[in-house]
Amino acid sequence: MQHLIPIGLNHYLTISAFLLAFGLFAVMTRKNAIVVLMGVELILNAANINFLAFSKYNGGIGGVMFSLFVIVIAAAEAAIALAIVINIFKIFKSVDISSVDTMKE
Amino acid sequence: MFELPSGAEIQSIIATLNANIGFFIPEIYLSLLFMLLIVIDLVAKGRKNNLLSISTLIGLAGSIFFIYQQHHLPAGEIFFGMYVLDEFALFFKYFFVLAGMLAVVITMADEQFESEVKSMGEYYALIIAMVIGMIMMASSADLMMIFLSMELVSFSAFILTGYFKRNPRSSEAALKYLVYGAVSSGLMVYGFSLIYGLTAQTNLISISSEFSIHGYDPLLMILATLLILAGFGYKIGAVPFHFWAPDVYEGAPTPITAYLSVASKAAGFALLMRFFYIAVPHGGPVYEDILGINWVSLLILLSVASMIYGNVVALWQKNVKRLLAYSSIAHAGYILLGIIVMDAFGTQATLFYLLSYFLMNFGAFYVVILIANKTGSENLEDYRGLGKQMPLAGAALTVFLISLVGLPPTIGFIGKLMIFSALLAKGSIYLWLALIGIMTSVISLYYYMLIPLNMYLRESPGSEEKSMNPGLIANIIMAVMMFLTIYFGLFFQPLSDFAKYSSPMFGLKLN
Repeated sequence: MQHLIPIGLNHYLTISAFLLAFGLFAVMTRKNAIVVLMGVELILNAANINFLAFSKYNGGIGGVMFSLFVIVIAAAEAAIALAIVINIFKIFKSVDISSVDTMKE
Repeated sequence: MFELPSGAEIQSIIATLNANIGFFIPEIYLSLLFMLLIVIDLVAKGRKNNLLSISTLIGLAGSIFFIYQQHHLPAGEIFFGMYVLDEFALFFKYFFVLAGMLAVVITMADEQFESEVKSMGEYYALIIAMVIGMIMMASSADLMMIFLSMELVSFSAFILTGYFKRNPRSSEAALKYLVYGAVSSGLMVYGFSLIYGLTAQTNLISISSEFSIHGYDPLLMILATLLILAGFGYKIGAVPFHFWAPDVYEGAPTPITAYLSVASKAAGFALLMRFFYIAVPHGGPVYEDILGINWVSLLILLSVASMIYGNVVALWQKNVKRLLAYSSIAHAGYILLGIIVMDAFGTQATLFYLLSYFLMNFGAFYVVILIANKTGSENLEDYRGLGKQMPLAGAALTVFLISLVGLPPTIGFIGKLMIFSALLAKGSIYLWLALIGIMTSVISLYYYMLIPLNMYLRESPGSEEKSMNPGLIANIIMAVMMFLTIYFGLFFQPLSDFAKYSSPMFGLKLN
């Protein structure tokens, strides 16, 4: 097992950077409101991984606390977002963001 | 991995919490009011009366008493550096409570609510929740508190924006607000995590001292600043984070539009100032910035883009609410000018401008609602001939618009004057910024004056001269706001003194 590199801070940060990139990609390219919200979850979890990794390597508990609150907020956000999306579906018969566009200049 | 606190430590934590409760009374009071309103709604269900709105108004007025008592308390951090009490925070507490009261008054005048929704249910409770969230935004001294309070405001705002459930425009506005809000707050949290990685601290003052001891990596710092600016820029509605603003302002219930455009923006500015003034190190020979880019140059970029974009795009707007949305983007640019100066006078000018914006923008939206009640439209075309049919409303709207342009003798003129003189007091480096500000104000004259032009100089299509009186109370409120806009334009000393008194922030020495 000695040829394996021990997992360090950089590994965590790389994963979180990829998650952020994937999340942003989903938000920018997808038209479906649900998929956009999934992208947002990826971004928030990228931040969570950062907080936990930094917390692990500097010994502070602040990052763990922060990530706990981010999880709670993400859950609340999902609840509100789904309520709004369901309402949108009732009115527009679609959750496609580009088709929900009645206001133009 | 982490040690559990001992019994004595827990005892001391509880003792600190108990000692700090006294600094937190207005927030506790408002939280109780929030719950009380939900109970009142449950008890009085189905009764169509003003019980809820009146109790909201009285409750909010009561909180002013508790906020006033906080003037005697010493400025300082409470709850282990999570929260801060200082003159700056007190200013915004008054600001948000008064804005909340005005939003309730405007809601009572708006007849669209009666046709769109069956009950006002949790509407007023959510307004209180927003007031609490904004007060906490202005008082946060910790990254975690900033995030939580911002989300409290955002979530209440998402629901209130979509409050007209069966109205496609309102629902669409809620969806757009939600998507942009969620993405930008996600980016902001990622920026916070980078700051936490750089400093291992979440308290703003500790972050600042950590930076000044150990320095920072400029590339990482500029990345974190950009990400955090995405969150703050979304709240203040500055270009390029403004895409939600026109649609949300047009689609949301008008009282909520007024409230978002004044209070939510002010909360964003409070946060922006506290974060960048305190946490981020400013200049000095120790700090090498990549290509000379630091947060000040980013804010200058945002400000110039907002002033130009907001004012130019507003020229083509046909819907008055949408026009005011673009104007609010432009005003975000002007307020940013005051923040860029970064001295005591600049802070004073920013706070004064927020006060003036409070009066004129709320006033303008109030008149727009009164007119929409009578004509059922917010289109510029339908304003023709209204000056004769609603003389007081026409006069009041003209005064508010003159103030928004920044012409004397109104409060908006004094606000712009203070911002520009704060810029020029820094010497010639910001001269070009002040020039852009003045030139874009000239552009704004055109689109603001389109409204009085339609009201006074064009005949209404249906030529019958029916008078449309919005009612006694509405007239009084309108007249008072119009009077204040002019009065404070002539006798601005008390407000400017108050802004000066409110400029000190805890943990910061500006010269």
